[in-house]
This record gives sequence, structure tokens and C-alpha cells, in this order.
Amino acid sequence: MKQSCFPVVFKGGLILLKDFFTKPKKKKYATIPSEAAKHDVPEGLMTKCPNCRKILYSKELEKNLKVCLHCGYHLKMNAFERMDSFIDKGTFQEMDGQLISENPLGFPGYLEKLEQIRKKTNMNEAVLTGTGKVNGHDIVLAIMDSSFIMGSMGSVVGEKITRAIEEADKLKLPFIIFTASGGARMQEGVLSLMQMAKTSAALNKFSDNGGLFITIMTHPTTGGVTASFASLGDYNFSEPGALIGFAGRRIIEQTIREELPAEFQTAEFLLKHGQLDAVISRLELKETITTVLEIHGQVGELQW
Amino acid sequence: MVNELEFEKPLIELRKKIKELKEFTQNSDVDLSSEIEKLESRLTKLETDIYENMKPWDRVQVARHPNRPTTLDYIPHLFTDFLEMHGDRLFGDDEAIVGGIAKYKGLPVTIIGQQRGKDTKENIRRNFGMPHPEGYRKALRLMKQADKFKRPIITFIDTKGAYPGKAAEERGIAESIAKNLFEMAGFRVPIVCIVIGEGASGGALGIGVGNHIHILENSWFSVIAPESAAALLWKDAGQAQKAANIMKITAPDLKELGIIDELIPEVKGGAHKDIISQSAAIDKVLEKSLKQLLALSPEELIQDRFDKFRKMGEFTEVKEFVNSK
Repeated sequence: MKQSCFPVVFKGGLILLKDFFTKPKKKKYATIPSEAAKHDVPEGLMTKCPNCRKILYSKELEKNLKVCLHCGYHLKMNAFERMDSFIDKGTFQEMDGQLISENPLGFPGYLEKLEQIRKKTNMNEAVLTGTGKVNGHDIVLAIMDSSFIMGSMGSVVGEKITRAIEEADKLKLPFIIFTASGGARMQEGVLSLMQMAKTSAALNKFSDNGGLFITIMTHPTTGGVTASFASLGDYNFSEPGALIGFAGRRIIEQTIREELPAEFQTAEFLLKHGQLDAVISRLELKETITTVLEIHGQVGELQW
Repeated sequence: MVNELEFEKPLIELRKKIKELKEFTQNSDVDLSSEIEKLESRLTKLETDIYENMKPWDRVQVARHPNRPTTLDYIPHLFTDFLEMHGDRLFGDDEAIVGGIAKYKGLPVTIIGQQRGKDTKENIRRNFGMPHPEGYRKALRLMKQADKFKRPIITFIDTKGAYPGKAAEERGIAESIAKNLFEMAGFRVPIVCIVIGEGASGGALGIGVGNHIHILENSWFSVIAPESAAALLWKDAGQAQKAANIMKITAPDLKELGIIDELIPEVKGGAHKDIISQSAAIDKVLEKSLKQLLALSPEELIQDRFDKFRKMGEFTEVKEFVNSK
């Protein structure tokens, strides 16, 4: 196979050389697919993997939890898809879906932007919280969604996560969070910053009471979210290839005036530098977390 | 005069005029004392006008003044017997954060503060007051020690943010800040934080989870530095002034938002004009703060701190869940 490849490449090179000296022929007509042909392939039937560029059947891709069947790339999931993939069917009970952001700084256009995104995502904010079961184990769950203003953390995100932690504390259940965020929300200024302290303080209480907290960092987890609850798990896991970091890549490159390696701030990079417990494929995630939950049994109790 | 700021220009010009007139009076026979007097009263009025109507961007400039007192400048004016302690026992000693033990009017305390340099050489050593993970881990080590020996913790916040560098990410800058937020919430001793200069992002908050947070009048505290905010929001760091106006980062704005406890007034023109009076103003607030907090039990201190941050954030509750699913 490799040997027969050689002349083909060579031939291609020849054609290019020839083209270099002759005027390219203009196409006399353009092909426009007919309306009928367009309708042959319904919208959304196929999905292109952003990593290997191969075309996949969307249904097949969804069945495979949006993990590319060719290269194993983990495509983006929204909060509801994530919940469906992780929580036992029909057991999810949403919490605090009625909380809505205000505009504490009077930031121009912020409320309109929120209204628009709420309609588009069908979420009240960048995190979905609730209770549910994972292979029969009761948990409290939070799932951040990067399609809601980059999953940024404002007052409502901080409040919903804090309430979820408090619910887990009250019910003596493990708390699991899937993080995905660009960091603190600029439009809420210092109030966003303070959500870092608020969530961390709630986790401190939860931890003191023996609560189990697992974080699963998904693409991307950055800024103030990484610098608060995302890093505070009893177990810090991540999906393969996820971008995880504090400062933005461009800012770091500008500061240190050198180009960063491609794998910088990926889950694998963090694992190598001792910042993660494990990188877990989405296809094995539910089973692995189930094992962790089984090892922990009831929160705060060790029975033998 | 060196290091005068843009908005102070009218004052500088007026002062120059007065000086010229004074010299002229001395060197010639013409008596201009009444004119000088007039100009001097105008100067006083102008000073009041300018310093009492400072725009957010003016305050940012004062907060960044190269002569603005730093943590190590205030320590000898506020404390006795300060002993600096070094190192995080894990990796190294980050000089962008200083810390140690001292006495405050006889009371043993632990002091932590971000520390920038006064000149280029010192700034390089101290990394312009932008800490690495080892800085936050040193701070945590010293705070845990304070907790063990029941000493109040006093922190001085003065940073443009944690250092955005490769090594910082490799060693877990985010985790080091997160751990501090987490642990500070649970300490059984009073924690008083004072923003003395700049206070940006998690880098500032990493030593800022206190029972009380006070701020000097011309300091700023925000989720991000105005330049970075402008770069993120409008892809133009040049619009930092606009960001400073919109983001509500000044001490009076923060007081209004309920983020800080006491606004510590600055001497006219900024803390760098008179560190002794400025230290006295800080001292007054710090003493009151510690007296209040020392009256609380360890459990009450934890609860007080928890309640303070628990209620931060603004939102409304609508009747129904937004998603119908």
C-alpha cells in the first residue's frame, strides 16, 4: 500500500507543476444542487466530527454519547443531553429553575441578552441542578452548559450551585458537578467574583459534615470556576481533551512571550502535572462514578 | 513634581504659578502677596473640587501610583515585632506574597499580604505583586498556623491578579486559589481583609475571604482588571476607562453594592502623600474590626463569615421554571 502511494503523490506533483505554467481553465458552469436533492438529506441527519472531520450519522453519534466513532473526540453536550446520559431514566428532578439574573451593575444590554439566551437554550441560567439516581444511587447533580453565555458564573449560577450543595448536605447525598465555563461573568462584575467564595464556603460546610463531592471537568473549564468549586472535589475527574485552566491561553502567551505547546491546559496536561485524579472517557463515566459511589456507600458512614 | 497624574494637572500648573509669583516677589520690589493669597485660596478650592470628584479611572491611577504604600510599608506603622516567614514547604518561596507573625497593640496576629516592588529590580523579584501557586500555598500554610494558635489573621490585598504564566498553570494556580477560598471559610479565628491598592480577580480573593473586608478610598476591587475586561468585552484593551466606569470597581461603588464593610478615607490626593496619617486611618478601622470579631466564639466567627458570602448575589425568582422539560 505504501509503495503504490508514491507514484500517485509524484503524479499529483506533476499536475501542480504544469498548472503553475498554464492559465487555469475557467469552469463554464457551476453545479447547483436541485431543491429535490437538498431534501434527500434531512437537516441534522449527519454530523461532522470537529476533530477528524469524518461524517457521522447523528443518531449513531448520539447513541455513542456524542463521542466520535472514528477518533474518540468528545463532542459538546448540552446540559439536558448530559443529564440523559448520566442519570437513570425518569429519575431527574430539577431544582431552582425559577431563578433569574438581575442587572446589578446596570450593564448595557445584559437583560436583553439573557432573555434571548433563555429562549434559545430553554434554561434559566448556565447551570442545571437537581436530584436523580446514578445506577440506583441517589445524588444531587449540577451540570453547567457552555452554550449559556459561555457557561459563565454570575449570581444565579453561584446561587443554584450553593443551593444544590446545601440540598446534598441536608439529604446526606453525594454532590456531583459537571463543569463547563469560561469563568466569572463580566456583566455582573464583583458579584460574580464573590460567587467563588460563596460556593467554596458552602463546600467547606458540606465537607465538614462528611459530604462526598465529585467534579467532572468538561470542555472548557476555565477562570473563576476552575479557581473555586471545580478544583475542590474529593475527586477531580475530567473528560479527555477538555480545556482546563485559569488564565486564557492568549493572555499567557502575551505575558511570557512564547508559544505554548498544543497540549497546554488540556485534561491530559493537567493529569501529567498532578492536578487531576483521572481522565475518564464519557463512555465509561457512568460506570466509573457508580464504582466511586459504591465504595463510599452512604455519605458519612462506613459499614462492613 | 514626579509621578503626578493626568487628572492632577490643573493643580500642578496652579502650584507652579504660585511658586513663580512668590519668587518674583522676593526678587523684585513689587508686592504680589494679595494675588498670591487669592491664588492659594483658589488652589485649596481646586484641590477639594478635584479630589472629591474623582472619576473611577482617576482612582485606578492613584491605586497604581508607584509610590503608593505597600503591605510592607504599612506593617511597621500598624504592628510591632513583625517576623517574616517564608516558603510553602512544597515548592518555593513566592515573594509576591509576604506573611508572618507580629503583634497588634500587644495582640499576637498573623499578617499576609500581596507585595509589589517599588522599583524595576524589586518588581522583578516580586513578580509585580502577581503571585504563583506557591504564594497562595504559603499564605494557606501561615493561615492554618494562625488557626492552630488562635491568632487573628489580617490580610492586605494589592494585586493585579494571579500570574498568568505557564509555570503557574502547571503547578495548579486555580487549585491553589480554590483551596484558600475553601479553607478560609472554615477558620476559627477572626479574618480581616484590607484592600490597599488593586484587587483583581481570584488572585485577590485568594487571600480575601474575611469576616470583614475593608477598602481604602482610592483602591479598586473587581472580577478583573479594567484592561482585561475591555479586552474581553469589546476586544479592545484601550477601552479600559469605559470598563472602569461600567464595572463598578471603586470603593464607593463597592460600598453601595454591599461587598465591603468599611470605606477607609484616604489623605487628600491619595495614600502616597502621607503614609503616617493613612496608617492611622487604617488603624482606627482595624482596631474596631478586631474588637467586634474577638467578641465572637469560633463557631460564631465561621457562621458570620459564611453568612456574609452566602447572601452575595442579586437575582429574582419567577413563578415557573424556565424550562418546561
